[in-house]
Order: sequence, then C-alpha cells, then structure tokens
Amino acid sequence: MPIPVAELQAIAKRVRRDIIEMIGTAGSGHPGGSLSAVEIIVQLYFDFMRIDAKSPKWPDRDRFILSKGHACPVLYSVMAEFGLAPKGKLNTLRKLGSIYQGHPDVRFLPSLEASTGSLGEGLSLALGMGLADRLDGRPCRTYVMLGDGEIQEGQVWESAMSGPFHKLDNVVAIVDYNGIQLDGFVKNIMEVAPLADKWRAYGWHTLEIDGHNFPAIRQALEEAQSTKGRPTCIVAHTVKGKGVSFMENNPKFHGTAPTPDEMRLALQELQ
Amino acid sequence: MPAGTKFELKPGPATREAFGRALVELGRANKDVVVCDADLSKSTMTVYFQKEFPDRFFSYGIAEANMVAQAAGLAYAGKIPFAASFSAFVMNKGFEQLRVCVAYPNLNVKIVGTHSGISIGEDGPSQMSVEETSLACSLPGFVVLTPADEVSTKALVHAAAAHVGPVFIRTGRPKAPIIYNGDQNFEIGKAVKLLDGTDVTIIANGLLVAEALRAAEMLESEGISTRVLDLHTVKPLDRDAIRRAAWETGAIVAAEEHLVDGGMGVRVAQVVAETTPCPMEFVGIQDTYAESGTPSELLDKYGLLARDVAAAVRKVLARKRR
Repeated sequence: MPIPVAELQAIAKRVRRDIIEMIGTAGSGHPGGSLSAVEIIVQLYFDFMRIDAKSPKWPDRDRFILSKGHACPVLYSVMAEFGLAPKGKLNTLRKLGSIYQGHPDVRFLPSLEASTGSLGEGLSLALGMGLADRLDGRPCRTYVMLGDGEIQEGQVWESAMSGPFHKLDNVVAIVDYNGIQLDGFVKNIMEVAPLADKWRAYGWHTLEIDGHNFPAIRQALEEAQSTKGRPTCIVAHTVKGKGVSFMENNPKFHGTAPTPDEMRLALQELQ
Repeated sequence: MPAGTKFELKPGPATREAFGRALVELGRANKDVVVCDADLSKSTMTVYFQKEFPDRFFSYGIAEANMVAQAAGLAYAGKIPFAASFSAFVMNKGFEQLRVCVAYPNLNVKIVGTHSGISIGEDGPSQMSVEETSLACSLPGFVVLTPADEVSTKALVHAAAAHVGPVFIRTGRPKAPIIYNGDQNFEIGKAVKLLDGTDVTIIANGLLVAEALRAAEMLESEGISTRVLDLHTVKPLDRDAIRRAAWETGAIVAAEEHLVDGGMGVRVAQVVAETTPCPMEFVGIQDTYAESGTPSELLDKYGLLARDVAAAVRKVLARKRR
C-alpha cells in the first residue's frame, strides 16, 4: 500500500528544514539543488525502494546513488529520517571528522551506496552495479540522480550509450531538471535541451514528470519498474530552491549558504 | 643466485599475452572475476577471457572513463573487475575515475595497462605510455606492478586478484625474454634478487630487467660485481631490499621503460635518501616524447639497452669512488 501523500509531504517539510539548518549551521554548502530533489528522494526511500534500515547491507536491497553529490544534505536528511544514518549529528555537516562529509563519502558513512562528488560519474557506477546484480541474479534495482548541469559532462553520454546496449532494465536515471547551475541558468552556460529527446535518442525509456508531485513520481517509478529490456530515464522538472521563496529559481543559492537571518526566514516559511 | 652465475634468457611471449592467459585461469577459479574492455580485446588479450566467459565480459566501446567507473560499480556490488586497455588510454582518459571512483573509496578494481612504454614501436607517442607509473603511484592505496616476463606476469596477475584493493598492472606489447623458471615465488611488495654482487646494484623492472642482466654480464668482464633486483612492485616499495642495496653495494642504478620524472627510480631514490644515502643514476626516458620506429630502434635511440645501463653503472661507480 502506498504511503499517503500527506505523510510524504510532512516528511519532505522536515527534510527541507534539515537542509536549511545543516547548511546554515555549516556556513557553506548547496541548498538550491538539495531543495529541488526532496520529493524524489523522499518517495524513493519511504515509498518505493526495497531497503531495510535494520540491515543497510542486505544483498538484495535497492540502491540510490546521488551523482550530483553536492546536494548531499537532502540525502543525509532522508537517510536519517529513514533510520540509515544518525539524526542527531546532521548539524555536524562539513565539520572535521563528521560522518556527514561535504560530498557523500562511504568511508565515513557506510550506509551510503557510493562516494560521489566529481560530476558525471554516478550513472557509470549505477550501471556497473546493475551488471553485477544481473549476473548474480539479484532482484536489486539501482536509482541514480543526476543534475541537469551535470549532464554536460561527456562521461554521462558514454554511460548513457552503454545502459541500453547492455539492456540494463534494473537501472533508473533521474535527472533533477531545475535549470540552474553554479554560474547561472543552464541555458546560458551550456544548453542541455531538448533533454528528454537526447535520452530517447540514446535508447532510454524516457518519462517527463513534475518532480515535486509525489503521485507522479511514484507512477514514473512504477513504469520504470515494469519497463523491460532497457533502462528508464525520468526527466524530473523541478524548481531550484523549492520551498523557500527567496531561494526559488535563484542561482545565488546553488552554492551559497543562508546567512543566520536568511536561515530564520527560511525556517519560518517551512513551519 | 650467486655472483658470476650466467643468466640464460630464453625467448618468451609478451607480458600482455601472459596477462590474457592468466585472466582465463582466474576466470575458471573465481566466478566473481569479470572483465571490462574498451575496444581493444584483441590487443590487450582479454579476448581469451571473452571467448570462454562471454557473460562476464563487458564491452564499453572506446569510452575509458565510463569503463573505469563501471568497474568501480561492479566492485561495489562484489565483483573483481579487470579493466584493460592501452596504458596510455586507461590511465590518462580514466584517471579522474581512477581517482574518485576507485582509489578514494578503495575499491577492489584491477586496472591492466598494455602497450606500455616506447617499445610499442611504429604507432608513435600518442599510443605510448611513459607516465603511468607516476600516475598510478599518486593514487593512495593503489598497488602498482610492472612484471618483466611471462612467468612473473602470470604470478602477479594471480597475486593482484588475491589482493583486496585497487591494483594497476603495467604490461608491454613486444615479446619479452623469459627470465624466471616456474620455481620463483612472487609476492606483492617483495623485490626479487636475480644476481648478487658487491660493487653496485641495478634496480630494474619490466623490459629493463633483461637489459640489466645483460649489462651485469658485460660489467663482470670488467671486474665489476653487480647485484640485480627485479622491482616488479613499484608501490608499495620493498624498502628493505632497497636499503640493503644501498648499504651493501653503495651505488644504485635504476632502470625502467618510463619517464625518469616520476618513475620507479625517483621512488627508489626517496627510500635511499631516507635510509642510506648513496650515489644513484637513472636509466629511463628523458623529458621528451619519442617517435615512430621499430621497438629495437627506439630502445636504442632513447637509451634503454644493456649498453646504456652499463654506462650508467660506470658513471655511478666513478661517483662512488670519489
């Protein structure tokens, strides 16, 4: 039975508060692309992936890889909500010795599925895992989230070419299409449109959804699961900075932490 | 091997050929061994594995970055991937992925570079790899191997598979003379003393091991007693063998088919400086790119023959006596 949307929305709101607090406390980090990815990652962990908080390394589990590793606050918060990471330590983000490193690091937090941070690599990791799972006959599925700026990296297209070639229907790529990267709007830095057409041309079963709409996300994940013989790419249209009025669609908050005043304002909005 | 023993160098296959054969043995022994290829299986000799284990052989096309990162994904999920290409391509085009996807999480990935050095011949510098020892050694946690012949290559490929962690194996294109009989034991991180001597030590690896043995024979007729070490493991170094060479012979020549800058020799020099400083000379490729030519023409022109090793020994001994 799917979890009621209202419940997922409540989790999402808590996660958004965590993101603001973690990055505000750290004084550095990437709020915009963390906030844009909240609904997708909440849906995956709380109402889709086959995972067990009591058994993080269960061999038959599904996996999630955050290829856009700079958005790790959203992942840390969701994992903590789910019980795969300690909640009380979230505000040690980016501090020396913290399990919550500036980018996901399996050495510090083994319940992560991969260390990421250098853009363009996560899809390859996911596909390699998919090959191993198929070879071993495991039912695992691997989900990997890429940024829209990230897909400017050439390696993404090397891996995009190989997924359908190897017929890896146990891998799902999700592009967080929020339209903004560090230096500004994606269309002004290096246009990636038409995005869905590109993935289709590479042989992926490709869907476009509103990446903040829980039922739409669930439906897309179900469609990906029932698609055989090739991988699925979900192009998720999202809003950078979603949920905090002054961060929405604002390139400044790709990689800038909120000031203490901005943090207070943001947390008020997320009551 | 006592001083004065003459080495019989017999013709042998290329080290890449030995790698391809050893990979099939590994495939039979362990179902978790898988192979990643970037359109060079007939050159890297992973084609033997592909023929016997097509389901465990993954073709990536000419896309080394994706190949290396997918090898990391395979290792995360419990496989023992061997990803092979020309050294020049896998190490340079895949370096970023070796750093972040493989070395940083310390995954059990084996990278095999073939066509290393200038002895590939006619294809020229774009295909020649002369910097990958330096690159591989700069990756924390990596084991870096440069075997000299068929026997040592096979043994070290098996040792690499048994080692848990990332390994780079450097192999070559041309046929390599056989140095070892089947009795020799090979251990990662342990140099092999091929000849003992008292005046000087030649520390070599890869193709230069055979040249070092030939040089030792030339020097013997001049009354110079030469120790020869096969330093097949460049990382981690056999610090004890290096320290003993410096202490017991007082002069060292390092010889490798690689740029001197960042190569095995400078790593040896660090250990010498840290333990027992002594004069050293370095045989290798100087600060340049080579060119097309036959392998023997190139080894001659770029100073990688026994003659060049012997000249370096005379030079280092002159400094030792001063």
